[in-house]
Amino acid sequence: MASICFYFQVHQPFRVKDYRVFDIGRDSEYFNDDSDRSINNKKILNKVANKCYLPANAVLLELLNKYPEFKISFSFSGVFLEQLEMFSPETLESFQKLVATGRAEVLEETYYHSLSFLYSPEEFRRQVKMHRDKVQELFGVTPTVFRNTELIYNNALAVEVEKLGYKGIIAEGADHVLGWQSPNFLYKPKGTEHLKLLLKNYRLSDDIAFRFSSRDWADFPLTAPKFAQWANQVNGNGQIINLFMDYETFGEHQWEDTGIFNFLRHLPEEIYKHPDNDFITPSEAIERYEPVAELDVHNFMSWADVERDLSAWLSNPMQHDAIKTVYALEEEVLSTCDNKLIDDWRKLQTSDHFYYMCTKWFNDGDVHKYFNPYNTPYEAFIAYMNALQDLRLRVIGHPSYAKKIKVKELS
Amino acid sequence: MRVLMFGWEFPPHNSGGLGTACFGLTRALSNRNIDVLFVLPKKVGVAASFMNILFADERKVKFLEIETTLKPYVTSEGYVRERDKVVSDIYGNTLMQEVRRYALRAHELAKKESFDIIHAHDWLSFLAGVEAKKVSGKPLILHMHATEFDRTGGQGVNQDVYEIERASMHYADGIIAVSNFTKQKIVEHYGIPAEKIIVVHNGIEECDYVNIPDKLSELKHSGQKIVLFAGRITIQKGPEYFIRAAKRVLEMNPNVLFLVAGSGDMERQMILEAASLGISDRVVFVGFLRGDDLNAVYRAADLFVMPSVSEPFGITPLESIIAGTPVLISKQSGVSEVLVHALKTDFWDTEDMANKILGVVSHRSLWETLRGNSREEVKQVNWDVASKKCIDYYEKILCACGIPSETRHI
Repeated sequence: MASICFYFQVHQPFRVKDYRVFDIGRDSEYFNDDSDRSINNKKILNKVANKCYLPANAVLLELLNKYPEFKISFSFSGVFLEQLEMFSPETLESFQKLVATGRAEVLEETYYHSLSFLYSPEEFRRQVKMHRDKVQELFGVTPTVFRNTELIYNNALAVEVEKLGYKGIIAEGADHVLGWQSPNFLYKPKGTEHLKLLLKNYRLSDDIAFRFSSRDWADFPLTAPKFAQWANQVNGNGQIINLFMDYETFGEHQWEDTGIFNFLRHLPEEIYKHPDNDFITPSEAIERYEPVAELDVHNFMSWADVERDLSAWLSNPMQHDAIKTVYALEEEVLSTCDNKLIDDWRKLQTSDHFYYMCTKWFNDGDVHKYFNPYNTPYEAFIAYMNALQDLRLRVIGHPSYAKKIKVKELS
Repeated sequence: MRVLMFGWEFPPHNSGGLGTACFGLTRALSNRNIDVLFVLPKKVGVAASFMNILFADERKVKFLEIETTLKPYVTSEGYVRERDKVVSDIYGNTLMQEVRRYALRAHELAKKESFDIIHAHDWLSFLAGVEAKKVSGKPLILHMHATEFDRTGGQGVNQDVYEIERASMHYADGIIAVSNFTKQKIVEHYGIPAEKIIVVHNGIEECDYVNIPDKLSELKHSGQKIVLFAGRITIQKGPEYFIRAAKRVLEMNPNVLFLVAGSGDMERQMILEAASLGISDRVVFVGFLRGDDLNAVYRAADLFVMPSVSEPFGITPLESIIAGTPVLISKQSGVSEVLVHALKTDFWDTEDMANKILGVVSHRSLWETLRGNSREEVKQVNWDVASKKCIDYYEKILCACGIPSETRHI
């Protein structure tokens, strides 16, 4: 039996505008660029909604209606849902329709798509709770499976997630962790009791997400029958094929003219041609299958770049400086009890900000540059640090901050 | 292959980047087994013998001298001033006369020598290249390091200079531009078809910048940050934008020192500008520097700024990076085409310039990341790569001119 488990990550950050040093103390709106640049959040959201979210949702709804056993899952970041509410309610509605079928599972993550687990476990728990509430509010469901930002994962995270009450967790099926073992089974994370681990089959996932339209690829063009045939090969030596990818694969990374929507439209019928195949959601997979072994992941892994580690967000001195600076503000920011201030601080935790500062592959003109709305990682850093400096001033200038200092002095 | 090259004096006796570029290219060509007959404009009494010691195999490069008072970057007025100091009456009375006299001497010289192709650097030597082609029938390649539009910042273009550039480029068999930025100018202002121009970016060799002395350390120890401008203080280099950005930076952070290294026709104006903005104590004019002194200033600085209005290439940012100091360069420069790991700005956007300067002086991590990445990057920008492109281009032009390879020298 081979069960196809589709999971789509849907996320858009609040990008920081070209915030200059002279704006510090004068302008506390960091995310409201309204130019033609790709840091204009509203513009980007609407562009991606038209190219990807709306047409892809239409295809999926069509498939859910046509095949009563077809299933998918989504992970929406809270900042993405917030932008849908602000800029594109019709897109939110189309996602709600999918979830209402009962066959589109929603996964848990941190509301702010942050790296908080690495820097502040308390803040991590707060953001998970916020996400849970947001999903309940918009979709009326409560997630039972967790996925961390960009599939960042290690044993300690699994232990924490189990404590929070989740039944399963999702991670990258990285070679350096799996070795000879297959991603097509469930595993038990080291140190947990009942938690089950689903691993991404990165070869088959990336065939769709990255290689679909690549003419240099020996298997170009990828068709639904061809892909179904590869999936069938798992039959007999695996239970589940985890196809995890950015939802923007459909229409945004792979444009419509590559045929990606047609591929998606015809995939279920090809998969169903083999009687042993079906589609499942992560929570169903957890119900149905038992772990085959324990998996020990001591160091953090992720689904980014060939290294599958943290280097996309944390490899150069700027990135480390920026992230340490934002988390160093935690106690003072929270003590203000000022919701706008706390929300701005949290929006500055979104992992994308640090990704934009990555210089690792910058001169190769590859994916990092493609996904970078700033001219250079250096400009991303300067704008970010300027905004953070303004946020600091807001904290120091806050009435409750002055009160706190006084209390400290008295004691 | 043997190249007749009309070039300019090498470091350390040069002024500006043209001599440095001629040296880097000639050395790299000789390392790739190309013979160079290097024609050197010389004032009476200065020998070329020292030039030979610069090359590992001096048989590959032979120097031929022509006596002249021409030197790079000279203006018509500057020439006449210099001319008056010389007693000899062999030189032309005006710059144009001297350029033509130089071309006639080049004609005589080319008649005597044998070579396969002619390569001339910048307009002062273009007529010499044209004469050499006329007398020898060999293909001519012109190397554009700067156009008249760059030198004048587009204001007050000298019609005679423009005409020499334009006519020579139309007459030549091929043109090398030091950047896409320059290629674009040649197409737009001179009506040359883009197919006739190739881009060969300049290079730099790390080995030429070893043992940089650690001077000026007392300035560093006082805890202040140093931001450097180095170049001719002239309209092309945008010194006034540097001063205006300095004013904005100092409003936010008074503990920054701005150094201006160089001299030029706008020096006095810039000193007055700094004074009228009330920042004279924070802007230091250190005069023209070269060699170790210049390298020491690069090294002492926290950031090098090149706000050029129009910079065909711009070698100084690369020198600064090799000395260990990251750079902020104007987008209106050729060097920005080869540097990814640099801060970039429009020369007129002094707010953005100040924002980026403050970014570097406020955040050590930014400085460190830029510094590390740019030092790696600059290794790819070398003369060997440039010389390879030139040789391939020589071959292409010779082929296009119907000259078979059997007839070549060596």
